[in-house]
This record gives sequence, C-alpha cells and structure tokens, in this order.
Amino acid sequence: MIVQSNMNASIYRARKRTNIIGMALSMFAMALGMVFLLWILGVLLVKGFSSVNLQMFIASTPAPGSEGGGLANAIMGSLLIVVSCTLISTPIGVLAGIYLSEYGARSKFAALTRFVTDIMLSAPSIVIGLFVYAILVAQVRHFSGWAGTVALALIAIPVVVRTTENMLQLVPGSLREAAYALGAPKWKVAFSVTLKAAQSGVVTGILLALARVSGETAPLLFTALNNQFFSMNMNTPMANLPVVIFQFAMSPYENWVNLAWGGALLITFVVLGLNIITRVVFRSKVQG
Amino acid sequence: MRIGFDQETIQGQIMTETNQNTMLKNALEIKNLNFYYGSFQGLKNINLDIAEKHVTAFIGPSGCGKSTLLRTLNRMYDLYPGQRAEGEINFYGQNILDPKQDLNLLRSRVGMIFQKPTPFPMSIYDNIAFGVKLYESLSRAEMDERVEWSLTKAALWGEVKDKLNQSGLSLSGGQQQRLCIARGVAVKPSILLLDEPTSALDPISTAKVEELVHELKKDYTIAIVTHNMQQAARVSDFTAYMYLGEMVEFGKTDELFIKPKRKETEDYITGRFG
Repeated sequence: MIVQSNMNASIYRARKRTNIIGMALSMFAMALGMVFLLWILGVLLVKGFSSVNLQMFIASTPAPGSEGGGLANAIMGSLLIVVSCTLISTPIGVLAGIYLSEYGARSKFAALTRFVTDIMLSAPSIVIGLFVYAILVAQVRHFSGWAGTVALALIAIPVVVRTTENMLQLVPGSLREAAYALGAPKWKVAFSVTLKAAQSGVVTGILLALARVSGETAPLLFTALNNQFFSMNMNTPMANLPVVIFQFAMSPYENWVNLAWGGALLITFVVLGLNIITRVVFRSKVQG
Repeated sequence: MRIGFDQETIQGQIMTETNQNTMLKNALEIKNLNFYYGSFQGLKNINLDIAEKHVTAFIGPSGCGKSTLLRTLNRMYDLYPGQRAEGEINFYGQNILDPKQDLNLLRSRVGMIFQKPTPFPMSIYDNIAFGVKLYESLSRAEMDERVEWSLTKAALWGEVKDKLNQSGLSLSGGQQQRLCIARGVAVKPSILLLDEPTSALDPISTAKVEELVHELKKDYTIAIVTHNMQQAARVSDFTAYMYLGEMVEFGKTDELFIKPKRKETEDYITGRFG
C-alpha cells in the first residue's frame, strides 16, 4: 500500500497542537478531581482511623460527658433504613423503568413521568426531608425510622427508574423481535427477555441509588432524627450514621468528635465499596 | 433510476406460474398486498403463493422489500407504529391481516429466524424451553425430549448436549444461529421465515444451515430471504425476484435461474445489475 504523500504539513502540525492542548486540559481536570478525592480520603484515614476499633461496632453512642462509646446503634439504624429503602425503591423503580422503556415509549403519560422523574433526580434532599416531615412525621407526631426510609426511597426511586429505563433501551430491538417471533406476549418479553438482558445494568442502578442514599443527611434530620440508644424498632426515632456524624462533629466532646471521624470514614468506604462493586458488576456485563 | 413495469404483464405471468403449481397445496396466499412505512410504500401490489412444505426464496437488491414482505407474514411490522399493510394474506384460508387476528398465536404458528443470531440471555436449555412453555405445558421429561429433538433438528445437539446449562451467549456465532433455529423449530410452527439467516455466518456454518433448510422442509413450509443468489439456487424450490417493492418474477427456482422470463431478472442473476 502506498502512503498518501499529499499531506499538508501545517494542517498536520495544527492538529497535533490541538491534540496536545486537549490532552493537557483533560489531564489537568482529572488531576484536580483526584487531588480532592485523595485529600478527603487522606484526612478521613488520618483522623478517623484511630476511632475504628471493635468498640465502635459494639457500643452505642455515648451520653454527653461519658467516656468511650461507639456507633453500633447508628450503624444498625443506617443499615435498617437503607435496606428497607432499597426493598421499597427497587420494585417501584424497576417497574416504572420497564413501563417507560417498554410500554409508554410514545405516550404523553410516559413523557410526563420522565419529566417529573428528572426533576425529582435533582430535587434538593432537604426539601424531600421537609416534605416527609409534613406528610408523615407531623401527622403521627413522632419521628421514626420508617419516615427516614420513605424520605430516602423518594430520593432513590428516580435514580432506579432512569437507570432501568436507560439500560432497557440499550437492549437491541432484535432480541425483543426474536422473543415476539416465538409468540411471546409483551409482558413476558419485557420481564423474561429484555429485563434479563439488562440485568446487570439494572443492578448497577440499584447499587448507585444505594450509594447515593446511604450518605444522605438532610432528609433524615427531619424524619428518623436520632436515638441515643440501640433500637431496631422502625416506628421510633432511629440513630443513623449521617445524622450522628452531623451532631457529633459539631459537639465540644473529644470522644464524640473522634466517633464522627470514625463514622465518616466508615460511610465513605462503604460508598466507595458500593461504587467499586457497581463497576465490577458492569464490567463483567460488558465482557460477557 | 426507476424501471417502469407493465403491471398487467407481471400479473399475467404470476398467474400462469401459480397455475402451474396447482398440484401443490398453498400454505400462504398473498393477494394484492401493499405495505407502507408511514407515507412510503414499501411493497406494491404483491401477489404470491407459498407452497406447503417447500422452500420459497426472495431475492433482490437491498431495499427491494424482500425483508418487508417476510415481516408481513408474521405481522412483525405491527410492533412499530406507522407501519401498515393492505390486502390479504391467507394462511390456510384465514386472512392474517385481519385486525382481530391474535398476533401471539399467529407468531407461534409462523416462526421467524433473523439475520443476526439473537440468543436470549439464559441457558441453552432455557432458550429452547422459553418458546415451548408459552403454549404447552410439558413435564420435565417431555421438555428434555423436546429440547433434544429440536437441537437435533438444528444439527446442534452433538455440540451442546454436555453444556445445556451454559449461557446461549457462550456459543460461537454459527452455533448461536443454529440455536435460534432450534428455538424456532421447538415450538413446532407450521411456517418458518428465515431473514438472511446466514449473512453473519462463515461458509461452514452457512453450509450447515443450508443442509438444515433441506432437512426442515420435509415438515415445515419455509420462506427465506437471501442476498446470496447461489444460496437461493441451492436451497429453494421457488424463487421470487423483487425490485423496488414490486414482484418482478416468480417461478420455479430451476426455471427462474436457467431461463428467466424477464430481462430485469436475467440482469440481476447474471450480475449485470444489483
């Protein structure tokens, strides 16, 4: 093969220059992001690592003025609230995503749902907290774990809806056609074939929503509030990591501040871990 | 460029051809079929009979409407708004273009295999069982038997019998396509529509699929769309040449390839055009 020789040298040089500038800018942007991420992780590790011990996982939050203490009640509370939030938001979000992608592709109602979901995605979480306070907490006249669950679910559902819809849209139409060609009814195609093909993408969306809500503080302040004691009763106020961090970090007691650092470290690594799991799940899908 | 065909002459010819085939029972009779993608007319007044337990091939250049024609036969176009067909397609006497036609039932009777292999994201066994379970309730043993039967029909049993629980996606392209054929055969349809079933396959897999078509026509009526004229000549009993949405010539494959009646057909099959 003959290499084309009518190359214009100045155009070539200009293109190389643009390439170098573009590379430099994107490297700079990446470095900026990395610096802050590593800085945050570094500070958390330095300040929080000393508080991470067995005591943190078995003892409850200490009373003002008392020594020691841990975060067991807050860890359990967060776990209960986030797990029940996932159990509520997963079916609703996935079903709504299936509706948007498979059934309501062109309907006005679907367009409206999509629009509202997008607004919910960017709604300030404190507004959602206040909303649940008004409709739930103010009605039953006490804070509760369930109210916190509802607030977090309102944040998680739009994330699940949109990722489910997007992942289902990535499934090639030929796969749906193949299922229809066997005489399968629409719901069967949607659930047994399309959803199955998009499975790992949908799981990714759920994990991302989980990561998002597990660090939310504002919606829990008005709903689950806090509880100094270990409790698994979702009908009463519940301790949870974000709110405990919020209160302890601003307290005058040294052991409280240390626990806040420990809690912050724990929650950051859980979220980081969830994100890494998400990536691994998604990568195995792309390769499979 | 558009070639204007004299509609009367074409009609006349098709009628004569059909009359020659009166010995054969027709599985499908297509009458005055017009098809529209929105305002674009994709098929123009198609008249054609598809003989039972024979292979009918559709050939023609890209965009001539042969896939469109195939997709009207199981009303696959119905999935997409804006696409509509007019005329009649009689499937053993019943007009399937009737709006009251149950589409799921129709598609379980008129199966379709696509250009690209589309195994479902499930095990090889479940790929086959998926379609069967929709209309039959079989015991585990009966289902095992059906899976083996259909995979044997598709000449794939020997290659996969030890890994039925593996994902259908783990197979090679040619195996995937044969899995799709097995899946289509397993529901025991009466007609199989093959839409360029070998265009994504290597020559060896292609040969296997062609043998398969030969084998399957003992029990099934087959309509196949192909870009490959040698393939049409090898596998089909009847061939239809289409151009710009019109049926130019239809007849016995031997006659059409050796002694085409129309100049356009001759130009196409000899490679002077298309």
